[in-house]
Amino acid sequence: MMNFALRRLNLLFFTLLMLTLVAFSLNYFFPGSPIVNITGLVNANEAQLAEYEQVYRMDQSVFFQYLAYLRELFNGNLGVSMSTQNPISSELVTYLPATIELSLAALFLAMLFGIPLGFIAAIFHNKLADKSILVLAMVGYSLPVFWLSLILILVFSIILPWFPSSGQLNLLFEIEQVTGFKIIDILISDSPYRWQAFSDALQHLVLPAIAVAVAPMTIFIRLSRTSMLEVLDSNYIKAAKAKGLSTTKIIYHHGIRNALVKIIRDMGLQFANLMTLAMIAEVIFDWQGAGSWLIDSIFQRDYTAIQGGLIALASFTFFINILADFIYAGLNPVERYTRHGTR
Amino acid sequence: MSHNLLTIRSAGFMVLMIVLISACEPVDYEKSIFADGLVYCSEGSPTSFNPQLVTSGTTIDATTRQLYNRLIEFNPDNYQLEASLARSWHVTNDGTMVTFYLRKDVQFHDTRYFTPTRNLNADDVIFSFQRILDKDNPFHKSVRGNFPFFQSINFSQLVGDIEKIDDYTVRFKLTRPNSSFLSNVGAPFAVILSKEYADQLLAEDYPGMLPMLDSLPIGTGPFMYREYRSNALIRFQRNDNYWAHDVAIEKLIYNITPNNTGRLTKLLTHECDVISYPIAPQEIRSRDDLRLEEVTSFNVAFMAFNTAKPPFDNPVVRKAVSLAINRQAIINAVYYDQAEIAHSLLPSASWAYQKPSELLPYSPEQARGLLDDAGLSQGFTLDLWAMPVQRAYNPNAMKMAKLIRSDLAKVGINVNIITYEWATFLRKLADGEHQSVLIGWAADHPDPDNFFSPLLSCSSARSGSNRSFWCNQEFDELLAKALLTRDNRKRRQFYLQAQELLAEELPLLTIAHAKRAQAKIETVQGNILAPFGGISFADASKQPKEGEEQ
Repeated sequence: MMNFALRRLNLLFFTLLMLTLVAFSLNYFFPGSPIVNITGLVNANEAQLAEYEQVYRMDQSVFFQYLAYLRELFNGNLGVSMSTQNPISSELVTYLPATIELSLAALFLAMLFGIPLGFIAAIFHNKLADKSILVLAMVGYSLPVFWLSLILILVFSIILPWFPSSGQLNLLFEIEQVTGFKIIDILISDSPYRWQAFSDALQHLVLPAIAVAVAPMTIFIRLSRTSMLEVLDSNYIKAAKAKGLSTTKIIYHHGIRNALVKIIRDMGLQFANLMTLAMIAEVIFDWQGAGSWLIDSIFQRDYTAIQGGLIALASFTFFINILADFIYAGLNPVERYTRHGTR
Repeated sequence: MSHNLLTIRSAGFMVLMIVLISACEPVDYEKSIFADGLVYCSEGSPTSFNPQLVTSGTTIDATTRQLYNRLIEFNPDNYQLEASLARSWHVTNDGTMVTFYLRKDVQFHDTRYFTPTRNLNADDVIFSFQRILDKDNPFHKSVRGNFPFFQSINFSQLVGDIEKIDDYTVRFKLTRPNSSFLSNVGAPFAVILSKEYADQLLAEDYPGMLPMLDSLPIGTGPFMYREYRSNALIRFQRNDNYWAHDVAIEKLIYNITPNNTGRLTKLLTHECDVISYPIAPQEIRSRDDLRLEEVTSFNVAFMAFNTAKPPFDNPVVRKAVSLAINRQAIINAVYYDQAEIAHSLLPSASWAYQKPSELLPYSPEQARGLLDDAGLSQGFTLDLWAMPVQRAYNPNAMKMAKLIRSDLAKVGINVNIITYEWATFLRKLADGEHQSVLIGWAADHPDPDNFFSPLLSCSSARSGSNRSFWCNQEFDELLAKALLTRDNRKRRQFYLQAQELLAEELPLLTIAHAKRAQAKIETVQGNILAPFGGISFADASKQPKEGEEQ
């Protein structure tokens, strides 16, 4: 296990290092002066710029500049946003949790519906249920998230006024930001309207979470179906059948558990996809998360924000992937001996 | 057996679904949090919280009437000046000394970042204007002396001195009489700030503190600043000590939604109580729960001819082009009838407006005749610049340019439509690189001078805001005479003469006065829109529908 952990952490470390290298080089590729691109200080005077040139060792070779950049990065200094002049790190702390919240809600929905449906399809292999679920999955997978979002808004906000079409919470509720996760912030707040706010926040979550969840859900359906079929086809299931175990027992005790283990690993891979979908949905649902923030920044050519967003989102996704690997390895001892951490 | 398993599983799903759905079921809210709060969906972020520093309409909407007051105000119904922070004022006969007598009971905002210890007095008024006039004032330097409105009216050359007579009396000494001075003091930019707050910031002795005067605002207005998240929201809290009257709305929220469709959706779902610049007026009118409101704003959209370049140095060509443009078609297609044809630079609500005896017709035949007279019977090619952004006075300059192109094609004129990114556009325009341009003007106060001087005077031709580069001594003299006299009847005569001159010379073709629209949920009461100088929520309230419990 030790070996495995080291290999994975090694992978994490070098990937992040590569990532910083890319982000750092962007400072030189973006138009404008590198020091302004790094710090984001567009209105700074000569003295301030000189001070920062010192900090980032602009008078030395690119290698030392990169080291200085890394040092500032590890100190949490990602520069300031070119458009708002707020520190990028504090903007990320404000906006990233909202994206994670949405992604987690969507992941939950996708697994909640996707995995059982996949299992059902596998159990009724090649029967009507299987086929209809597969058709459903195909349709769901082909729906673009922006289109689905708009349809959801049209049907469930405008025609049927069941759910709000935008935002995370009715703005009249004043909930202080502590963790950035709306639901948690509401629960720990001392607002007299806490429960109304909680219910309001859940209502706001429904449509965007569904929009984001549909595509990964269809993937979970297919993953769990394949995984379950593999398990059901394996020798130990045949042995169990031969021993006269009932189908219910076989599926419940052996099938589901073993099939689930394989899915956990793919959960990590799905998360990256989920974040991308969440970003698009954020723009449409006016969700104040890192996605809409980043897309705004792209429109405004806010290079420091683009870089900061790149680093934060990418490292977060890597981190989740590695985490999923660890969980998978914890559940599946065979995995620990895969070599090179490349799988 | 597998059947059994499925029943258990699906039962499990059902339970989960029910839990999920019940969590989403709308619960019976305490109505008050929704009844006392109002969400306004605005079209953009403000660039500052101090209207002294900006002229953008979005910023004015978000700040001037919510957070601040001015010495005097314009009555939104009859456009006359009336008392505000000054309970009365007096102008000497020679027009060079203006005295304001202030109210005594006006409190500044008490917020988490500032607690006032005294009421408004003459020092605050003097500070608010000295900041603009005095180049050595630290708060003049903190914004690099950038006060666009006051610079455009040459405020620093007009005001010689501001004198404190006593704690509640302030006297402005003008270097020359100027009949639009009072209008400028009542304009949305001339807000009164707290000197005590400024002193407190100064006492911190840290350069980063000074910009707080403009970003963490303190005023005397009906609402207090609470929170701003760029591109997301502005939160205002009711000022319970507002001097003028009780304010009904406790929480006022600007939900910043630049997307037109997004604002409309939020209105349809009642997530916004009021939205700015609504699209799809028919859809809004067709719904019982929504109301569409309009005011004719003090604005004008026009096509300016660069008179410094041929062929528009010839008034005959200008007239020919003007005759060939079908303005009614533009009103229908570009403004969806939310505008009226502009027969003069001044909107018809202005006191200096008079309907011209002869309206400029749409007549391609006459236009062809004039072109023949000017020796351009072969036609010519014309560059028409169309601005890339949406403005209240012109929602779609590109579409307007295309309509004009097809109109002019009928008289043999080829039109090249040209556009640039907005900042570049304005810069090149000020440099006079254009041949003709579609642009416009939104007035800051109802004084007629605000239309003429910035757009067509010789000095504005030099500073670049005169898009026609038209400089006519006779016209300038009329404007100067109008500013020197205090008799409104005489002033009106001068402006009428000026308008006649414009009708002859046509340095620009006035196209439309756009109405400003806003849509709201029917439960929102009170006037919010004003013909000029931003919106105000001071009088707004929310009435629960009949039968709905409060």
